[in-house]
Amino acid sequence: GDGAGILIQMPHEFFREVAAEAQIRLPGKGYYGSGLVFLPRDRKERDFCKRVFLKAVTNEGQVLLGWRSVPVDNTEIGNTARETEPVIEQVFIGRNRKLATDLSFERVLYGIRKKIEHTVRCAGLSQQSFFYITNLSCRTFSYKGLLMPGQLKTFFRDLGNERLKSSLCLVHSRYSTNTFPAWDLAQPFRFLAHNGEINTLRGNINWMRAREGLLRSEAFGKDLKSILPVIVPGGSDSAALDNVFELLVLGGRDIAHAMMMLIPAAWQENRFLSEELKGFYEYHSCITEPWDGPAAIAFTDGIRIGAVLDRNGLRPARYLLTKEGLVVMASEVGVLDIPAQEIIASGRLEPGKMFFIDTALGLIVDDEKIKEDIARRKPYHAWAKEKIVHLETLPAGLKASERPQEAIPLLLSSFGYTREDMRMIIRPMAAQGQEPIGSMGNDVPHAVLSLRPQLLYAYFKQLFAQVTNPAVDSIREELVMSLSVCLGPEQNMLTEGPEHCHKLKVDQPILTNEELSAIQSIQGNGFKTKSISILFNAKEESDFLKRLTAICKEAESAIRAGYTFLVLSDRGSNEQYAALPALLATATLHHHLIKQALRTQVSILLESAEPREVHHFALLFGYGADCVNPYLAYKAIASLCDEGDVSVDFSTARDNYRKAVAKGILKILSKMGISTLQSYRGAQIFEALGLHQEVIERSFPGTVSRIAGADFKTIARETIFRHEQAYKRQDIQADLLPHSGLYQWRKDGESHLWNPDSIAALQDASRTNDYARYKEFASCINNQEKGPVTLRSLFKFKETKPVPIAEVEPFEAIARRFVTGAMSFGSISRATHETIAIAMNQIGGKSNTGEGGEDPVRFSPRANGTCVRSAIKQVASGRFGVTTNYLVNADELQIKIAQGAKPGEGGQLPGHKVSATIAKIRYTTPGVTLISPPPHHDIYSIEDLAQLIFDLKNTNPSARISVKLVSEIGVGTVAAGVAKGHADMILVSGGDGGTGASPLSSIRHAGLPWELGLSEVHQTLVLNNLRNRVRLQTDGQMRTGRDVAIAAMLGAEEFGFCTSVLIVLGCVMLRHCHLNNCSVGIATQDEALERRFTGRPEHIIHYFRFVAEELREIMAQLGIKTVDELIGRSDLLALNQTILPWKAASIDYSKILYKPNHSSGQALYCTQRQDHGIGNVLDMQLIEASREVFSQKKSVAIQLPIRNTDRTTGAMLSGQVCKMFGEEGLPDNSIHCTFRGIAGQSFGAWLAKGITFELEGMANDYVGKGVSGGKIIIYPDRDCRYVPQDNVIIGNTGFYGAITGEAYIRGRAGERFCIRNSGIFAVVEGVGDHGCEYMTGGRVIVLGDTGRNFAAGMSGGIAYVYDPNRRFCKRCNLDMVELETLDMQDKELVARLLGNHVRFTKSALAATIADNFDKEADYFVKVMPFEYKRALGLGVAKAPAALAEISDG
Amino acid sequence: MADIKGFLTHKRKDALYRPVCERVKDFDEVYLARSEAQSLVQASRCMDCGTPFCNWGCPLGNYISEWNEYVSVDKWAHAWRLLKATNSLPEITGRVCPAPCEYACVLGINDDPVTVRENELAIAEYGCEKGLLRARPPKKRTGKKVAVIGSGPAGLSCADQLNNAGHRVVVFERDPKIGGILRYGIPDFKLEKSVLDQRVRVWEQEGIEFRTDTHVGQGVHIETLKREFDAFCLAGGCRLPRDLRIEGRELEGIHFAMDFLIQANKIVSGEKIPEGNSLHAKGKRVVVIGGGDTGADCVGVANRQGARCIIQIELLPQPPSCRGENMQWPKYPFLLKTSTSHEEGGRRYWSVMTKRFIGKNGRIEKLSCIKVGFDPHNRTLCPPMREIPDSEFEIEADLAILAMGFLQPEQGLLKELRLESDSRGNVKTDVSYMTSQKGIFAAGDMHRGQSLVVWAIAEGRNAAYYIDTYLMGTSSLMPPYGR
Ligand SMILES: Cc1cc2nc3c(=O)[nH]c(=O)nc-3n(C[C@H](O)[C@H](O)[C@H](O)COP(=O)(O)OP(=O)(O)OC[C@H]3O[C@@H](n4cnc5c(N)ncnc54)[C@H](O)[C@@H]3O)c2cc1C
Ligand SMILES: Cc1cc2nc3c(=O)[nH]c(=O)nc-3n(C[C@H](O)[C@H](O)[C@H](O)COP(=O)(O)O)c2cc1C
Ligand code: SF4
Ligand code: SF4
Ligand code: F3S
Repeated sequence: GDGAGILIQMPHEFFREVAAEAQIRLPGKGYYGSGLVFLPRDRKERDFCKRVFLKAVTNEGQVLLGWRSVPVDNTEIGNTARETEPVIEQVFIGRNRKLATDLSFERVLYGIRKKIEHTVRCAGLSQQSFFYITNLSCRTFSYKGLLMPGQLKTFFRDLGNERLKSSLCLVHSRYSTNTFPAWDLAQPFRFLAHNGEINTLRGNINWMRAREGLLRSEAFGKDLKSILPVIVPGGSDSAALDNVFELLVLGGRDIAHAMMMLIPAAWQENRFLSEELKGFYEYHSCITEPWDGPAAIAFTDGIRIGAVLDRNGLRPARYLLTKEGLVVMASEVGVLDIPAQEIIASGRLEPGKMFFIDTALGLIVDDEKIKEDIARRKPYHAWAKEKIVHLETLPAGLKASERPQEAIPLLLSSFGYTREDMRMIIRPMAAQGQEPIGSMGNDVPHAVLSLRPQLLYAYFKQLFAQVTNPAVDSIREELVMSLSVCLGPEQNMLTEGPEHCHKLKVDQPILTNEELSAIQSIQGNGFKTKSISILFNAKEESDFLKRLTAICKEAESAIRAGYTFLVLSDRGSNEQYAALPALLATATLHHHLIKQALRTQVSILLESAEPREVHHFALLFGYGADCVNPYLAYKAIASLCDEGDVSVDFSTARDNYRKAVAKGILKILSKMGISTLQSYRGAQIFEALGLHQEVIERSFPGTVSRIAGADFKTIARETIFRHEQAYKRQDIQADLLPHSGLYQWRKDGESHLWNPDSIAALQDASRTNDYARYKEFASCINNQEKGPVTLRSLFKFKETKPVPIAEVEPFEAIARRFVTGAMSFGSISRATHETIAIAMNQIGGKSNTGEGGEDPVRFSPRANGTCVRSAIKQVASGRFGVTTNYLVNADELQIKIAQGAKPGEGGQLPGHKVSATIAKIRYTTPGVTLISPPPHHDIYSIEDLAQLIFDLKNTNPSARISVKLVSEIGVGTVAAGVAKGHADMILVSGGDGGTGASPLSSIRHAGLPWELGLSEVHQTLVLNNLRNRVRLQTDGQMRTGRDVAIAAMLGAEEFGFCTSVLIVLGCVMLRHCHLNNCSVGIATQDEALERRFTGRPEHIIHYFRFVAEELREIMAQLGIKTVDELIGRSDLLALNQTILPWKAASIDYSKILYKPNHSSGQALYCTQRQDHGIGNVLDMQLIEASREVFSQKKSVAIQLPIRNTDRTTGAMLSGQVCKMFGEEGLPDNSIHCTFRGIAGQSFGAWLAKGITFELEGMANDYVGKGVSGGKIIIYPDRDCRYVPQDNVIIGNTGFYGAITGEAYIRGRAGERFCIRNSGIFAVVEGVGDHGCEYMTGGRVIVLGDTGRNFAAGMSGGIAYVYDPNRRFCKRCNLDMVELETLDMQDKELVARLLGNHVRFTKSALAATIADNFDKEADYFVKVMPFEYKRALGLGVAKAPAALAEISDG
Repeated sequence: MADIKGFLTHKRKDALYRPVCERVKDFDEVYLARSEAQSLVQASRCMDCGTPFCNWGCPLGNYISEWNEYVSVDKWAHAWRLLKATNSLPEITGRVCPAPCEYACVLGINDDPVTVRENELAIAEYGCEKGLLRARPPKKRTGKKVAVIGSGPAGLSCADQLNNAGHRVVVFERDPKIGGILRYGIPDFKLEKSVLDQRVRVWEQEGIEFRTDTHVGQGVHIETLKREFDAFCLAGGCRLPRDLRIEGRELEGIHFAMDFLIQANKIVSGEKIPEGNSLHAKGKRVVVIGGGDTGADCVGVANRQGARCIIQIELLPQPPSCRGENMQWPKYPFLLKTSTSHEEGGRRYWSVMTKRFIGKNGRIEKLSCIKVGFDPHNRTLCPPMREIPDSEFEIEADLAILAMGFLQPEQGLLKELRLESDSRGNVKTDVSYMTSQKGIFAAGDMHRGQSLVVWAIAEGRNAAYYIDTYLMGTSSLMPPYGR
């Protein structure tokens, strides 16, 4: 019970009666307001609160009618809920007759509530956290609390009362994912309930804060100040959204209007919107940025009720309409039992669309109607057209003030440019417009530990979405993405007028010099630019901070003087004057202006030499920059062009570079599930690593920085040091930039833990089984005194009483805790993959398939008994090779949510690397590109993850289920959710772990080290009494026994190794894994290279023996005999103060080392099994009924009713079939099940060959995921009246990752039908957006309309769309496919499948088409991927669109 | 862009040499210049490793992978710019370096390593020929003055770096010409002296002053120099040869290798030779005692001087020709090397101990030797040995050359300065190359004992960094590795 609630119309009749019982006489409906109030338990404090109420109500000229104590029954609620349960009373406030309308009364009630909240907040009550006002309104009323939905009715006895009536009702059940459960965070809030997560929250809050200075409203009058801050601190994302929505609605906007402003549809690239509507959106984008993130939001003002879905449609919302006029909308169908004959329509809410009911009119208002209506209420379109100035239309500026012959190399080196920046970063961007790709992990020091001067950017790590909200695919789903920004001052958001959209619109915020100068030269027009220098006197350290302060002052006076654009500039640096870190200057100014409520009156443009990498730009935008002009990066490009290092001309190279940056930024946004730069700007989606609190508070408030570190002085010194070095160096080496040694090791570069000495030592040791040599290796890694790299290097073990080593548990016991991490066959060679599996099976550890499937040959031991099967089978977003058989042949099933080197990103194995062998194992066609989507399309939330865990557990009940997460702030809360979702093991992967291929910026800048993530997870689980239910594992740069010991002490019971095992097998850190060019035969599929592989299982076994031995020595020293006893003993670790490098002098590890008090008796490691609740699933009956099939290979027919609580039907049965009969399965139709009713999620998941599922009724999401040979037939209930092809019969994401089989669906499917289909043949009568996305094989026939973005990322298979009205073309994404007409073969196939469809589902639509097929065949469009065509040898096709060369792993 | 798959398409092509019959007739360099096209192909074999072990193996930390890439795409000037940044004498190491980098090359694990040294030479030659090697005097002068004593590779590279840093540098050399062993030890057929001359000219133009025929400690007094100079770098080499004190050592016709080579070099360059020309191998039966590189040079010189026959003997057993378990990649292995001089004639005996020189009339006539054996299980580099009974034999000789390595630096100047020395008699310094006397630094063989040119250069450059730091407080020169 994370919280539940219900919002209804004011039940006046009922209240009049119960109020009377409490001696309160209520006036007529609408003449009083009421709401539940959560009050402190302490009597005195409670009385105080009530006095505050009385005073506020009276002051506002209203009457406090009285308090009613609300009858509750808390016998059934949970422990946490009871501990924090407030006293709940209901207040009644009488309306002053002078207030003419309901709305004006609502405003007064709002003001009263705000004032009371403020007064109580400032009063310093000891039980302040108990105080909360749910909703003060004369129209709506809500009951809510820290309850489960089922408990609402028993807890609030009012709700059991028949007389309590409402014609609308909004119910919410919370699964808290980003904050911890609390009474006041239960939903619905005052106006809305939200299922989802606002990813841009920090920015939205800051921008709202900044806008407060401009707020004026006649409606609120001069009282407006008292409602500030609009967003109540400490609330959840949903609460904040409610706060702003409330302001807009009470400020006078229609509820639908307000929602369209805050959660706009993706309008920029939408070809189906009217000009007026686009104008509306464009106009409002000048007033507020979107609140971005996955969201299904229901909202009401008590009369009208609506629901919207975010632009990506990442939350399900299905609705039914009955004959009686009842509308039920919920995230699933089937939550209420409605007889089939009652249903007259079944639909779903579509991405960006609104569902709207006006109870006063008794009407459902169509999305288009309501929006067009609102869009035309004011001439928004005309205003936008007239007032928005487009950057391209500005006259050219004065020639950019190039200083004659600036010494480029000197400038470059004074801003810290290196040969690597030029060669590895800028060159590929300028030459190909691509972000550079690399491989393997990050083994260089964290910025705060490094002895070399670092740019401030290096102190920040990108955050990313995991589990609680999905990443977006910025390439394949480009239509939702936007980089455009509006510059110029904002207006009061409570009013509307043409001046609101007088803005300068910039489509791409990386400005060229010409663009910047055009902006700077704007004359008149209400725009005015002021340049502010961010140079400081490098000869005086104190000038650093002085300058920072001065910038803020100068900006303030510029704003007061009417300047609208501020250009922070570091042009003109010289020996004496160095530049402040641009990020510091930008962020400090941004926050200063927010605090002064001036921020929305100017735009901050940055003209800086510093930014060059994608990560730099992302940070600048994330901390408030509006546009950036990277002038030195352009010069660097020019010099690359001059020297012939880039073969295109300068302007092409520059545009390529800008394109690469733009792509990279979009990717960074999309990892967080954010679609528009406008809302990313200022959203601060970063965690700082190694910055002192003083810096955070002043310049980056709201950013997490857990280990403290560099303060202003340190940053100043670092900046000055780099600057001076450059000037000194130029006398000696003017013509050559230094090499940073970041991406490639260099003798004179940054230190790497994997270096020639450590690599050679480890290889020697494990080949010759020489422990002494291993100790040399371990000391290379463990002693980092001279140059610390890892956080853990700064630990020391405390002195305790040792035990003899003989008493410490032996290698064999420890080895069970060792695993090798996921490395796909595809990213590493077959020989390597098998060698690892053999070794791990021998020592009792586990190896992992990685995300590329596994050859079924390996499932059984070799003739000589050697076992080459990987015990862990990974399930990643691409679902390559994830067949039923694969799942049942596993001891552990690992759901890969994220990988340290590229969290939140998808991958791509380009067609030319998909060899015959790889294609076979992944069930695709050789030569066809394989794309792994950024998210799992069946995991958009933690509930979804729990569902997938359930699916997998059903398929293979004997396997444990694990979830791979990556360390970042908040991973603890996510892990708690995952533990509650019944994962058996959680892997917290370090952000610096290895990879087969990732963008360099992600390898370096995304994710945090496991020391932070693991300790956070462990502590959170202990605090929530969950630790003993789940095992923890960690990986990432794990190498030695000391690493293992520290991981255990921070909470891990298992340990993962990848790179070190590859090194043992011969890897020499060539870092060419992504190029298929590994000269030692490891990361390659090239046979000639694979032959060079010399690794042996023994080498790995030696290595793990050494690691265990070193661990045993440490344990003996610490006096600990078993690893279990070591887990969570962070009290035995301390910070080694003597070896702190200079920048880290004030580093603070207390958060990592914190040891929470756990309830006595609870172990600090896993002691219990999860209850997966698979004991009484429907499959038990199916298996029972199929007994004869298993024993005698007979065939059976089964008939059963089904309901939406029957989830994952068919998976367990299929698992059984595969276990008994292997991949072959059974003969067709051996088991034929017919169900009637509404099926729960994952109906027919991983259905095995020989099983047919027939469903009469409807189904929810994830029908037929991973189908491996089964057949699924779905048609409406015989009693239904509606026309099947116009109604939704199955939910979203049907047949995700299907392998083979057949499907016949009579009716429409939701979003993403047949996504990542490898081979199923399916017929359906209409699909939502993104149909056939990432498909690689199979055939899909769509007999009705499709949504937008059909065939995005579709590299294989064929779709046939029946398109008599010729509408399809606009809805198809033509990046990878072409549209053709059917040839003979196609016609045969389509006719045959149509015939089946008619036969199985009785589809009238299909019958009509089939009857007239000769003519109708012309109305079919064949959607054919070019690559597939080529692979099938069907002639030369167009070259595929240029895509980044990212392989998987 | 370079082809990262180059190593799969092209095989290593080793350096080509002039035919033996031709080259033994003169002292000209034995190499055949490689064509530019060949260089491009060979450089394209480099894999641009993420962890370039070559860079680790090269004491100078040359940016090998980077210049290989430039060569492979025909961008020589870029390559030159990178090469000169770390190496003060690439045209020398390109010729005489035994290339530890190649033994560490990643490609060498399961294929033939990249021809790093030759690529380096090709770049250096390009630089020298195309005028890229030209004087670039420092822009600013610091006003400090440093004396470098000894003009071997250590002294020269130290001087180069100090000059770059803006100090006035004077190099003192007791010999008539600059170069130390480069000049007088290494024969012309490996290193033509014009190469050295070109370099010295450039340095002179850059402002380095060379004072030859000036023996510091004899003639010029260091105390006088102290008045003129702010710091000193001692780079006098390690020249005290290991002697073979056995019966008959006093006989005529027994010489140290250096004496033989110096003389041979002077003859080639036309310098004045002291009277009594006994140190020529013409028509003689020559025995070179010592199987190392110096010995090999002596073989080559003796051949060219027209020796009747040449035998080289070595006490240690014949080293293996490929890596054993104790010499795993990427270590610099102790392997059997067949130098160009060995190809030119003469025989090599291993596991041979010389017991006596036997002479007539005070001149050597033969050597009495015995075979020795080693415990095959003992894999250390200096295993204990025993004489094999009844295996004595004799070798006839008119000229015996002792090429058994060097023990320690000459002690004169060091004694005078009362410098501390390490256990082997080399000059002892702290980590910053400073000797026990403040302001006096040491580098090269004098500091680390007998070694290689590439190490001498590295030492010289490191010392320069510390001298600069000593003089200025900080230094912008390239710091030593691992610092
Ligand atoms: C025959 C031979 C062949 C070799 N071949 C190779 C080879 O092919 N590759 C390789 O890498 N290495 C080779 N070496 C080793 C290499 O030459 C040396 O390690 C290197 O030259 C040492 O350099 P250095 O500057 O320390 O000393 P040196 O080169 O010995 O120079 C020292 C200089 O200091 C001068 N000097 C000494 N004392 C004084 C004083 N008091 N006042 C003035 N001047 C003084 C000496 O005259 C001499 O010129 C060879 C060595 C020998 C002997
Ligand atoms: C070549 C290679 C391929 C990888 N492929 C995958 C993969 O398919 N799925 C995955 O979750 N992680 C993958 N990883 C990440 C590892 O599973 C693991 O988290 C990481 O490498 C641990 O860090 P370490 O390499 O420093 O030990 C891969 C890593 C490497 C080195
Ligand atoms: S100096 Fe010697 S070790 Fe260094 S790169 Fe040249 S040949 Fe190789
Ligand atoms: S180790 Fe060999 S292949 Fe690798 S970069 Fe160096 S020279 Fe090239
Ligand atoms: S880094 Fe990759 S390319 Fe090969 S040598 Fe190691 S596996």
